Amino acid sequence: MRPVGVAGFGLLAVVVSVAAFGPVLWGDQATVVDTGNLLAGPSAEHWIGTDNLGRDLFARVLVAARLSILLALAATAISLVLGIILGAAPILVGRRLGRLITSAVNVLVAFPGLLLVLFFAVIFGVGARGAALAVGLAGAPAFARLCHTLVAAVSERDYIAAARIAGVSRLRVLRRHVLPNIAEPLIVNATMAAGGVLLTFAGLSFLGLGVQAPSYDWGKLMQDGLNGIYVHPLAALGPGIAVVLAGLAFNLTGEAFAAAPNRTFSLGGPRDPAGVTAPVPGAILSVDDLRVTIPGPAGPIHAVRGITFTVEPGEAVGVVGESGSGKSVTALAVAGLLEPPVRVEANHLVVAGEDLTAAGAHRRLGTSLAVVFQDPMTSFNPAHRVGPQLAEVSRFHQGMSRKAAFARAVDRLRAVRIGEPERRARQYPFEFSGGMRQRAMIGMGLMGNPRLIIADEPTTALDVTVQRQILELLAEVRRDTGAALLLISHDVSVVTDVCDRVLVMYAGRVVEELPAKDLRTLARHPYTRALVAAVPDLETDLDRPLAVIPGLPVDPTLSPAGCAFAPRCPLADDHCRAVAPELLAGVACHRSGS
Amino acid sequence: MGHPLKSRWPRFALRRAGRLLVSLWVVVTASFLMIHLVPGDPVRAALGPTAPADLVLAHKEELGLLDPLWQQYAAFLGRLFQGELGASISTRLPVGETIAQRLPATAELAVAAFLLSVAVAVPIGVGMAVITRRGRGRRAELAFTGTNVVVAAIPDFLLGVGLVYLLAVQTNVFPVAGRAGLDSYVLPVLALAIGPAAVLSRIVRVEMLAVMEADYIRTARAKRLTPARVHLVHALPNAVTATLTIGGLLLSSLVAGTVLVENVFAWPGLGSSIVSSIVAKDYPLVQGTVLVYGVGVLLINTLVDVVLALLDPRSAIGES
Repeated sequence: MRPVGVAGFGLLAVVVSVAAFGPVLWGDQATVVDTGNLLAGPSAEHWIGTDNLGRDLFARVLVAARLSILLALAATAISLVLGIILGAAPILVGRRLGRLITSAVNVLVAFPGLLLVLFFAVIFGVGARGAALAVGLAGAPAFARLCHTLVAAVSERDYIAAARIAGVSRLRVLRRHVLPNIAEPLIVNATMAAGGVLLTFAGLSFLGLGVQAPSYDWGKLMQDGLNGIYVHPLAALGPGIAVVLAGLAFNLTGEAFAAAPNRTFSLGGPRDPAGVTAPVPGAILSVDDLRVTIPGPAGPIHAVRGITFTVEPGEAVGVVGESGSGKSVTALAVAGLLEPPVRVEANHLVVAGEDLTAAGAHRRLGTSLAVVFQDPMTSFNPAHRVGPQLAEVSRFHQGMSRKAAFARAVDRLRAVRIGEPERRARQYPFEFSGGMRQRAMIGMGLMGNPRLIIADEPTTALDVTVQRQILELLAEVRRDTGAALLLISHDVSVVTDVCDRVLVMYAGRVVEELPAKDLRTLARHPYTRALVAAVPDLETDLDRPLAVIPGLPVDPTLSPAGCAFAPRCPLADDHCRAVAPELLAGVACHRSGS
Repeated sequence: MGHPLKSRWPRFALRRAGRLLVSLWVVVTASFLMIHLVPGDPVRAALGPTAPADLVLAHKEELGLLDPLWQQYAAFLGRLFQGELGASISTRLPVGETIAQRLPATAELAVAAFLLSVAVAVPIGVGMAVITRRGRGRRAELAFTGTNVVVAAIPDFLLGVGLVYLLAVQTNVFPVAGRAGLDSYVLPVLALAIGPAAVLSRIVRVEMLAVMEADYIRTARAKRLTPARVHLVHALPNAVTATLTIGGLLLSSLVAGTVLVENVFAWPGLGSSIVSSIVAKDYPLVQGTVLVYGVGVLLINTLVDVVLALLDPRSAIGES
């Protein structure tokens, strides 16, 4: 329980006990007329003064708690019940009539609550009962909307359909199957709404439309006090403070229930002492002992556990592995796109001459590094047109004018084979297909003069025919620009087609590194061989089940002592389970010879 | 899909206009029915138990309450199209005139408070989002959400009372009540704006936090733009949509909220007249005022939808 929730509960307990016992404890004191002390200011005897009959205001504020809260709860109950009936209408009265009720609710929800309250107050007349009905009815549309949404979500589920087919009556479906499943969010919202209703009620009584003399609630006390605000302000502010405290009690309690545990985790402990090594000369990308740690609820997740590799100018390097092997995190780390609280450490991490272990904006990477992301549907900013999003690179990094940068964007869109680039550049991303967006994303990388393209699963989100086109485009771009490529993929065949060299990752480590052409035939690590065997080809016997790798990837929060693949490896022995193998001569496996 | 571009705007306009018309009809009909839903005899209630029977009858005849309901409805609609709202029972003045006289004061208050709350909430929300993103600035976050919850829980009229006490009674900086010079606007506008500003800044922050985790923000960072450009050019426009939706709701609730604040500050607007006319059971005046408030809210909602569609073209295509 968070401190907010504790405060809410504590406050609510106080408010409820004052409401329960207030009239008993202070009821007499609140009605004693003291003609010698009319409209007195605060004193030791009367903490916040007296009213025009000399009655003690503090006692009256305490006594008023019961009426104020009872009225608020009554109105909330009316809203809740009506809201449930209206919101469950599609279940209760059938689809067509239900739809009519739903659209009526949608019209009503658009009106501010206070306006509806005033409308109903006219009909029900001035007074406590009329006001409770008015506030209750006015709150119903909002509950109906909420209830409708919740019911719609629940009634999609199988057990509701099953109950209906079994001929269970509508009312029973609602009572037995729907309501129990939406009760929790409804109660949370009702609690918070009760806080709001309390304030609305105070407002109504304050206007003179709610509780009438000789009864009094907090709003009525405020109304009486406002006239004397010059003389003694506490008479108006006292009941006001009570209203706010009670409202807060309901709000905070509701919020404590509603708020999902929204905790962020930080990484405890100091950084590992990292050695500093010099980058491999001439390499476009040089990484030594890259470690990426992500804070998580069950302790830090070691997504990347020390990998070392280089990419030479013009070279295409592929990174393959299962989901969770750390390959995408590696891509983001070498692109310098991971932010705290994710921790990136390396002995060195140099991309196109920029040292990413050093702080700074690394502005030069804006033109020398191109990044292509996995999901082209979400990687463009929906609020801006495509052309300007490309042009931004040139305007920002190459000092081009708006017009010249836009012209270059059109030219780059043409270069990535987008038809009618002038028209397309003026369109929003949502008007592009997925394949076109991925082309445009590659075009964005070509606004500068990229020396390295990092492509993180660039074809995963696309359908098969488009995948081929995007891979061909990447190959073409590399031919034209001479850029190197770091291609992240779970697809062994894509990587063998496109890349010169392949890194196989498992559980945050590189387990094998070999030329792409040797991947299918000369792989030595059992994991690589299993990965290759899992890819069906034309000779795969379709009558037999497809090959899979047995077992599950390791829990990334654990750091196994031995080889991470050992639990799934048919060759593993006790040595494998005890001692982690180093990457030697391209493979990290004790049993690579067997 | 067809031609999404060509058919987008006419279809959006048609759908939105249809919804506006239906809602207008609901408001008009509701305000017509209001007087008929009052239990008992509304005219007798308005004039008091001592009024002579023939006077009550004369008033009923004048209000057309003796005709069949459908005929009254037709007459009501007919008069409405001519801009005729009837006459007040108590003052005998045309309702339209009273409203025309009082509406500007209310509108000024609502618009000023709305602009102020947006002007305050957006920078605060964006700033807090940047400071507190990804679990940073825990203390700032706690202070922000704490004050926010408390401030948002204080109703506007109570804020008004508090402000009057602090800045008018205690220090005489601003006038206590009334609508005179520019300084008389300060307290009512503040009382109205502070609550919505708190709510709105919280929405802006939450939206910004969500937007800043989006893939396209990573794309923007991959372009190595300055943080200011990433936040203001790439993130903020995407957070505006939700902000504006809530802002529109706030504006319409501000219009209604003026009722309470006007009563605190004796502001000569619609809000103080609707309350006195409800208490006095002056039904024609109540009817007219409710109609004006309702239509005002509907026009604001429509305006917000149009602005949203211009800012975010996708919202014009999707479901209403």
